Amino acid sequence: MSEALLRLVRHGQEQGCRPHQRYLLDRGQWAALVAEIGQADGVALLGLWADPAQVHAALMVEEAILIASCAVPEGRYGALSPVRPGAVLFERMIRDLWGLVAEGGVDQRPWLDHGRWPVLGPLAARPAPNAMPPPQPVFLSVEGEGIHHIPVGPVHAGVIEPGHFRFHVQGEAVVRLEARLGYLHKGHIGLMLGKPARVAARFAARLSGDSTVAHSWAFAQGVEAALGLEPSPRALALRALMAELERLHNHLNDWGALCNDAAFAWLHARAGALREAVLRAASAAFGHRLMMDRVVPGGVTDDLTPAGVAAIGAALDAVEAELPRLDSVYDGHASLADRMVGTGVIASSLVRRFAAGGVVGRASGRAVDARHRPGYAPYPPAEPAVLAAGDVDARARLRMAEMQHSIRLARGLMGSLPPGELALPLPQRGGEGLGLVEGFRGDCLHWVALDDGGLVRAVFPRDPSWLLWPLLEAAIEGNIVADFPLINKSINASYSGVDL
Amino acid sequence: MKEGWRRLLWPRLAQALVSPPLTDAPPVPPEEVVQALVARLEAASQARLGRSLAIRQVDAGSCNGCELEISAMQNVVHDLERFGLRFVASPRHADVLLVTGPLTRNMREALLRTAECTPEPKWVVAAGDCAVDGGVFKGSYAIEGGIDAALPIDLLIPGCPPTPAQLLEGMLALLEAQRTG
Ligand code: SF4
Repeated sequence: MSEALLRLVRHGQEQGCRPHQRYLLDRGQWAALVAEIGQADGVALLGLWADPAQVHAALMVEEAILIASCAVPEGRYGALSPVRPGAVLFERMIRDLWGLVAEGGVDQRPWLDHGRWPVLGPLAARPAPNAMPPPQPVFLSVEGEGIHHIPVGPVHAGVIEPGHFRFHVQGEAVVRLEARLGYLHKGHIGLMLGKPARVAARFAARLSGDSTVAHSWAFAQGVEAALGLEPSPRALALRALMAELERLHNHLNDWGALCNDAAFAWLHARAGALREAVLRAASAAFGHRLMMDRVVPGGVTDDLTPAGVAAIGAALDAVEAELPRLDSVYDGHASLADRMVGTGVIASSLVRRFAAGGVVGRASGRAVDARHRPGYAPYPPAEPAVLAAGDVDARARLRMAEMQHSIRLARGLMGSLPPGELALPLPQRGGEGLGLVEGFRGDCLHWVALDDGGLVRAVFPRDPSWLLWPLLEAAIEGNIVADFPLINKSINASYSGVDL
Repeated sequence: MKEGWRRLLWPRLAQALVSPPLTDAPPVPPEEVVQALVARLEAASQARLGRSLAIRQVDAGSCNGCELEISAMQNVVHDLERFGLRFVASPRHADVLLVTGPLTRNMREALLRTAECTPEPKWVVAAGDCAVDGGVFKGSYAIEGGIDAALPIDLLIPGCPPTPAQLLEGMLALLEAQRTG
């Protein structure tokens, strides 16, 4: 099945993307590819995006990652959503940003475009002026006796990003949830175009602030692949150290917040104190609590001093010493288990279909982790730990296990920092590259094409949350409204990351 | 019985006496910031709020970095509640709108509606470089600029993102202005 698909794509014209090749297909080949994907369950759609002339689909076929593209002479292309439901949000986004229509797409409603921009298709070759008043959003409907709506947001009742949730409820149970996002659309891609890679990196770092290291690294990886540049072993080790600290502070945050939602405020308080220690150590070592703008194309900006090593070491000691105690409190309370176990179950068939990675994918049995597949330096090959239950409890437990793993990795990296240049200068030339880095939510994918002057000609940053949002809608079905905060936090998709 | 009680309690008390507190010392807001806020109060001959403030946070376009640090104000190390500061769920209960992000076109209406629901007198604080003037996102088709594109601002807290200590300092400046004004 998948060999046929690989052969089909590789019949296209090679476009020179590194390290994963991109193939330009004609319309017939593209249609055949869509049909083939419909037959091949094992093919994961990692992302779908466009530029003014083509659409691009990133696919993972067994161990291989490749990009298939198709020209869009009349502004239309064959939809992928009939065979891959994960394509729906991407197709809606492509229409909003580039004005390209997915023929046969299952959902043609706008997504990021709320009708409030001065132009239509802001990234199209020739954007059209927009003079219409913003339309009323249209929601999917549900029919049945006693069904009512609960509209929530965009402004929520806490310190949370904005988004609108439309619950269809029957009694206590949620029959359908629909998320409407796009409120945070800042025009990232438009701002990155035409800029030197180092300048564009600042926007990658601000796609989703909580994943600033992972996104900066994935973008840098894409640029370095495009330019055929290999950062020094020291720069790679420092990137990994920052990435593991980022994973640790976010997992502490999510794990604590989950316990808090199940009325265990004390666990949240302790996790918050430990997280603060990690952020302070990051600030002492790298000069910024979230380590923003520290990973740049070519390398990193800061070396690790002995004082930095000591600060990080002390924070890791504190977290490592306390995690087993927190874990045993989590384990020892039936009321916590009562809220977590069996809540918000996501079937493993669903995470596979939507290609969800990160904690969400692994908690439902999908053994994916970009650090190990496709894998990148300095991470050694390993099999990612998975759980099968796919509920809130499994996602909480995996976070706990991954924190301990990150601490070990960070220690190892600090203990044997190799020598090397901090940052290499970027040669001024063109090229195309794909970067894939495991953030705390899953794989961050950045595709970037540079023109001959080294300026960004086309780019797409894909946050892992694109693949997680549809699963939230699935996970809540049949659960009670009161468990929504818990289920939502256990997935914790980024709003800014997908609003672009 | 009595012995056992002593054995349990004394070591704990002693430990609490010698181990440092988890919370940081409170930051001190700069005098000129407080004076500027007092002047704003007087110019508006605004009714005074009390010695505590209820904060409603609104993300009007942030990358969520600012939200992380605003949330960190609530952790046990910064513990903003010890100053009489707390986050509230409804703008109708709020004295302060703490707004982040460049103002996106898609959030303008929601921000304005939130502000309309917030009773007077109120403070509006723009937190983060993006909220100050659009930050790195300046010039995008999708944003209007800083928060002042929609609302008059009383206090700016720059930083990308501002640290919890800087944010807390700003909140304390509001409290201080009310006390001295
Ligand atoms: S100021 Fe910085 S951290 Fe805050 S929203 Fe803007 S880019 Fe993000």
